[in-house]
Amino acid sequence: MPLEKVVVTGVGIISPLGHSLELLTDALLAGESGVRNLPELEQVGGLRSRIAAVVTGIEPKLIPRKLRRSMSNMSIYAYLASQQALEMATFPAEQLSAGRTGVVIGSTLGSTASSEQFFADYFTDYSLERMKSGLFFQIMGHSCAANVAQSLGITGRVMAPSAACATSCQAIGYAYEQIAFGRQDAMLCGGADEFHPLTVATFDIMHAASTGYNQQPEQSPRPFDAARDGMVCGEGSGILLLEKKSIAEARGATILAEVVGFATTSDTSSIATPDVGAMYECMRLAVEDAGISAAGLDYVNAHATGTLQGDVAEAEAIRQLVGNQVPVSSFKGHLGHTMAASGAIELSASIGMMRRGELAATRNLQQIDKACAGLFHLQQNLKTQPKYILKNNFAMGGINSTVIIRSIKHD
Amino acid sequence: MTEQEVIELIDSSLAEEFELARADMTPEANIYEDLGLDSLDTVDMVIVLEGAFNFKIREEESVRAIRTLGDIHRFVFEKVSGL
Repeated sequence: MPLEKVVVTGVGIISPLGHSLELLTDALLAGESGVRNLPELEQVGGLRSRIAAVVTGIEPKLIPRKLRRSMSNMSIYAYLASQQALEMATFPAEQLSAGRTGVVIGSTLGSTASSEQFFADYFTDYSLERMKSGLFFQIMGHSCAANVAQSLGITGRVMAPSAACATSCQAIGYAYEQIAFGRQDAMLCGGADEFHPLTVATFDIMHAASTGYNQQPEQSPRPFDAARDGMVCGEGSGILLLEKKSIAEARGATILAEVVGFATTSDTSSIATPDVGAMYECMRLAVEDAGISAAGLDYVNAHATGTLQGDVAEAEAIRQLVGNQVPVSSFKGHLGHTMAASGAIELSASIGMMRRGELAATRNLQQIDKACAGLFHLQQNLKTQPKYILKNNFAMGGINSTVIIRSIKHD
Repeated sequence: MTEQEVIELIDSSLAEEFELARADMTPEANIYEDLGLDSLDTVDMVIVLEGAFNFKIREEESVRAIRTLGDIHRFVFEKVSGL
């Protein structure tokens, strides 16, 4: 069965480093950090990590109340990013409700802040009488996807993959497959997550959160660096508009990139500890899906969160795939780990850099850990015109995912 | 509470919850057509009023008959006055 070609025509970004693709790309290429010390984290007993990369400067009240009442921050981020993506693509409004446009947007959980708010009240007397109607819509697992579809009037397929840090990489891949198989003509896809101290705690209790840079927040996380001590939580949303290439071309849309490969696999060796072979296999399958060889890759945007084990495993897997011939960098040093949004935000930024002809270095990578060596690590920005970009995301639960995009500049 | 105090507490509570302009909150205003509330909002309206006045009204039949802001004023004032 012939597959449809799938292209990216719009990108929306709500991030700790700006709320558009242009601003984010500027900040990453300038080597900026969105990580800050959050004094309120000192109030959480036992929490050792006190830093995070949070979103500032948005105005939720610009969203009509009836749309906003069912949204927690993560859905607000996803909605604002979706609006941006549609505007960038000059997507025809009538297509949203024609049944051939869908949504694949996921988050790690429903809103933890809304859950906390409810249970804090519920535990006072175990009464449901003060529970407002919008609560369920904020804590349900498909909150972001449903809120985006409802608020924008999108009537096609709605899906909400939830695979922690691999969520939006999977979402992009699933959207790509929906269009490639001819089931939909356009998909808003990506992920969103909102910051909550319990998210930091999740990683802190597993000794995976950065705890040694509370007074020097901009020096962490440190992907692949010898002095790295864990990941730093972030938040935001990245949304891409994917379209069937022939339709996008026919309507004269600006094509930002083509999605050419996707793979997602389950690593059953451990629910928490990544396996080199499983990571390698996921990347190999994506390369195979793209119909290229690993030697054809021009840049790898790593998941690399700055954890001790994860970075070593990913570095080894990338080394097995491309040796030291392909530039590799991670944006976690700039953005922290935006969780379910990270795949979409970082892939979007990679597209922004691909179009500008410059790749951002890994922030805070000063001394490459020997166990992460043997790669073409970007410690300085690199001016280049990449054709094929591979994007990884690996998640707790043993979920691996890889997306490959192609520049259309070379056509 | 005086009737005016009751009205003020209702209006300020609903204005905050539903982001209403006080100028629009006349007693004649239909809560659906003029103030733009819907069925989900009426669920929350009952909770807001219960919280503001420390009473229970969710199961009361007469709540369902409310159409205008003036209906709410009268209903709540009767309730808090024990009428």
